[in-house]
Amino acid sequence: MRPASESELSEMIQAAQALHIQGGGTRGVGCVVGEVLDTSGLSGVELYEPGALTLVARAGTPLAEINALLASERQRLAFEVPDMRAVLGRQGVSTIGGVVAANASGPRRVQVGACRDALLGVRFVDGRGDVIKNGGRVMKNVTGYDLVKLMAGAHGTLGVLTELSFKVQAVPEAEVTLVAERALPQGLADLRAALGSPYDISGAAWIQGRAMIRLEGMAGSVAYRAGKLRDLLGFEEAPSDWAAIRDVSAFARRTGAVWKLSIKPTEAAALIQRLGLEAICDWGGGLVWLLDPSAAADVRGAVAGIGHATLIRASSRMETVPAFSPEAPAVATLTAGLRAKFDPRSVFNPGMRS
Amino acid sequence: MDMPIPNAAIVACKSAIVARLRSVLPADAVISDPAETRAYECDALTAYRCAPLVVVLPRTTAEVAAVLGICHEEQVPVVPRGSGTSLAGGALPTADCVILGVSRMNAVLETDYDNRFIRVQSGRTNLSVTGAIEADGWFYAPDPSSQLACAIAGNIAMNSGGAHCLKYGVTTNNLLGVTLVQMDGTVVEVGGPWLDSGGIDLLGVICGSEGQLGVVTEATLRILPKPEGARPVLVGFNSNEVAGTCVSDIIKAGILPVAIEFMDRPCIRATEAFAKAGYPDCEALLIIEVEGSPSEIAEQLSRIKAIAMTHNPVEFREAADEDQAKRIWLGRKSSFGAMGQINDYMCLDGTIPVSALPYVLRRIGEMSAACGLDVGNVFHAGDGNMHPLILFDANKPGDLERCEAFGADILKLCVEVGGCLTGEHGVGIEKRDLMAVQFNPVDLEAQLRVKDVFDPAWLLNPAKVFPLDVTAGRRAG
Repeated sequence: MRPASESELSEMIQAAQALHIQGGGTRGVGCVVGEVLDTSGLSGVELYEPGALTLVARAGTPLAEINALLASERQRLAFEVPDMRAVLGRQGVSTIGGVVAANASGPRRVQVGACRDALLGVRFVDGRGDVIKNGGRVMKNVTGYDLVKLMAGAHGTLGVLTELSFKVQAVPEAEVTLVAERALPQGLADLRAALGSPYDISGAAWIQGRAMIRLEGMAGSVAYRAGKLRDLLGFEEAPSDWAAIRDVSAFARRTGAVWKLSIKPTEAAALIQRLGLEAICDWGGGLVWLLDPSAAADVRGAVAGIGHATLIRASSRMETVPAFSPEAPAVATLTAGLRAKFDPRSVFNPGMRS
Repeated sequence: MDMPIPNAAIVACKSAIVARLRSVLPADAVISDPAETRAYECDALTAYRCAPLVVVLPRTTAEVAAVLGICHEEQVPVVPRGSGTSLAGGALPTADCVILGVSRMNAVLETDYDNRFIRVQSGRTNLSVTGAIEADGWFYAPDPSSQLACAIAGNIAMNSGGAHCLKYGVTTNNLLGVTLVQMDGTVVEVGGPWLDSGGIDLLGVICGSEGQLGVVTEATLRILPKPEGARPVLVGFNSNEVAGTCVSDIIKAGILPVAIEFMDRPCIRATEAFAKAGYPDCEALLIIEVEGSPSEIAEQLSRIKAIAMTHNPVEFREAADEDQAKRIWLGRKSSFGAMGQINDYMCLDGTIPVSALPYVLRRIGEMSAACGLDVGNVFHAGDGNMHPLILFDANKPGDLERCEAFGADILKLCVEVGGCLTGEHGVGIEKRDLMAVQFNPVDLEAQLRVKDVFDPAWLLNPAKVFPLDVTAGRRAG
C-alpha cells in the first residue's frame, strides 16, 4: 500500500486490519507484522524559511533531500540523524517521518536536544482515519496539549505521520575534536567533566579506549574553548569520525545482538564492566551501544532503575525478547490507554508494541 | 468569561468534604474559612475571581495522593495551583472546587552535577532552583519573568519559557522526569535522570497540560554550567520592519544570541518616562544578549554589529561594564510596570513566524487606532513570541470587554499568519474560547481523548484550556 495523499491514507487505514508503517524501512525495530504501508508517496518540502530557521516537509520526504536543501543555505537538522542502515543490514531511503517516529538523534543531542526538541508541529492520521494537526511552525507554542512530543518516538503506534515542521540550525563555521586515549571509567569521567564545564560541548563519546569531545561555533570561540579543555583534561586536537559514532558503524557486519541503552551517565562504566560486552558510549555515557555476540547477557536486568534498553538488532535466538523495556505498571496503563484512544482497532505496527 | 455553574450538591457537602480532607492532612494544611480561602480567589489574571470551596496545602506526594483519592471518590473538581502567577487564569477556582496548592512542597531532593540534574519538589520557585546551585557554577535555564515567584509546578503545567529560551529552550526541553499523582490517587514516575523516553513520551504531553492530567509533585530538571559571562547590546531603528529584518539576518547568519528582545515606540516612551533607562526615542529597539568568555562575547558582538550596521540603526549601544549592561536591561525589565503606570493592561502572548513580524506590528497599529485602545509591544523577537500590552481602564464600563475583543483579534491575526494563540503563558480561561480559531473539532477531540485517559471523570482543572461547549458532555459525566 502506498497512499499518495492524506485522504487516501485515511481510507486505507479505515479498511485495514494490521499495518506495518514504513518510511524507507531503514531504522524500524521490532518485527514486521501486518501489511506494509509505504509512506514514501507522501513526499516533498512544503515550506522552507531560512531566515526563520523553519522547515515543513511531508513525512515521506527522503532525509537526504532535506539535508541537501538545508545545506544549500548552510543550515542543518541540529539533532544529527543516525544512519542505521549498515548496523541493521538494511537498504532503502531514510524518510523524515521515520526519523521522527524513532525520535532518532545523534551525538549533538547533549547540546541541542533530541529530534523531539526540534519538532515544532505534526500532522498525522490516527487509527480512526482522522487527520489531526498539532503544534505548528513557530518556535514557542503552548496552545493545547503537546501531541507533537507524543508522536515523536511513538514508533508509529499512535498514528501515521503525514507532515512535520522543524526548527533548523545554521551550520557553525568551525568544528574541532579533542581526543585522548582513556580507559574506562576515566574516559567517561573526563567526558562528564567536559560537559560540566561552561565550554558548550556538542559531542562527548567514547569508543575503543578513546574519549572524544567536539566543539562547534565561531572560529575564535572554538579555539578558545579547545584551549581551555586541553588545559583542563589533557586532550589533544585530532581528526575524528563523528558519523561513525552516530551510525554505530563499529557494530555493522558483526554477529550478535545490538542494544541501545539510555541511562544515568555515571552508571555507564560499571554497567559495561559488569556485562563484559563491547560498548560504544555517546552523550557522555548517557547513551551506550552494546554488542552481545552470544545474545545471552541480561541487559534489561542491568538497566533496571537506571534507565531503559532498546533491542535495536535482535539475533535469531531472541525471538521472545521484546524490543522495548517493559514499563512500570502505572506507566504501561497510561500508554495502553493512549494507544486505545488513538488506535482503537489496534491497526498500527502490531510488531512494535512491546 | 463564562465558568460552569458550581455543583450545588458539592457545595452543600462542604463540611463533610472538609472533614475527610482533615482526616488525612495536618490541621494547618486545610483552609476552609471563607475569609481565608479568598486569598486563593484568583491568580495573576485578576479580572476574574471566585473563592474556592476549600484549599489544601499538602507537604508530600503521599498527602497529595490522599487528597486526590478523596476528591475522586467524592467527585469534587480539583484546581492545582503553584504560586498563582498565571496570566491566563490557569489557577482560577470554581466555587465547588478544591484548590490543591503545592507551595509548601519546596525542598531540593537531590543535586547531581556529574549527571547534570536537580530533583526538586514542584512548589519550589523557579529562581530558587538556580539559587540552590549557582554558587557551584550551575543554573536552571527557563526564566519566565515571574521567576522570583512562580513555581516549577506551574512552569511544567504551562510549559513556561522566558527571555533566554532562544538558546536554551522552554520547560519541556529542560525537563527529565516527574512524579505525577493522577486524579484517582495513583502515583506515577515518568522519565528520570536519563535522556529520552523508553516508550511513548508521556512526559512530553504532561508538560504543558495545564494541570489537567495530574498533579506534579516532584521534578527532575536538567541543569547547565553557567557561561563565563554575558553582555547585551542595544540597537535602535527608525522602522519596525527594518528591526524585524535585522533579527532575521542575525538568526540566519548562525549567531545564536541567548536573547533578542524587541520594544516598539509606545513601549519605549512609556518605559523612558517610568524607568529613565536612557533609551533612544526611536520606532523600535532591540536588546541582544550574547554569552561566553570576554573574547567570545567580543567576537559575537562584532558580527552582530556588522549585520546591524547594514540596516542603518539610529543607535548601536554597547555596554562597557556591568553597570551599563544593567541599564540596557533596565528599561526592558521595567516595561510591564511602566505600562501599568499608565493604565490597566492586558498582556497577550501570541507567537508568529519571525518573517511576519513587520506585517503583524503594522496591523496591530491599525487595529489599535480603529478601536481606540493604545497598545505597546515588547516581546521575544528571536522566536516570534509577541507580548502586546493593551491599555484599558478597568473602572470604565465596557473597557475590559473592548480590550478583550481587541486582544482576541490580535490572536486571530497571529494564527492567520501561521502562528499560535499562546507561546508561553498557556490557554487557561483567557484563550479557552479562541481554541477553535487554531484547531478544528477533530484536532481538539484528539486532545480531549488524552485527558480521558489520564482523568476519565474530568475532575482536574476541568473548565480550562478547551471551550466549555466542547467539554460539556465530558465534564457532566
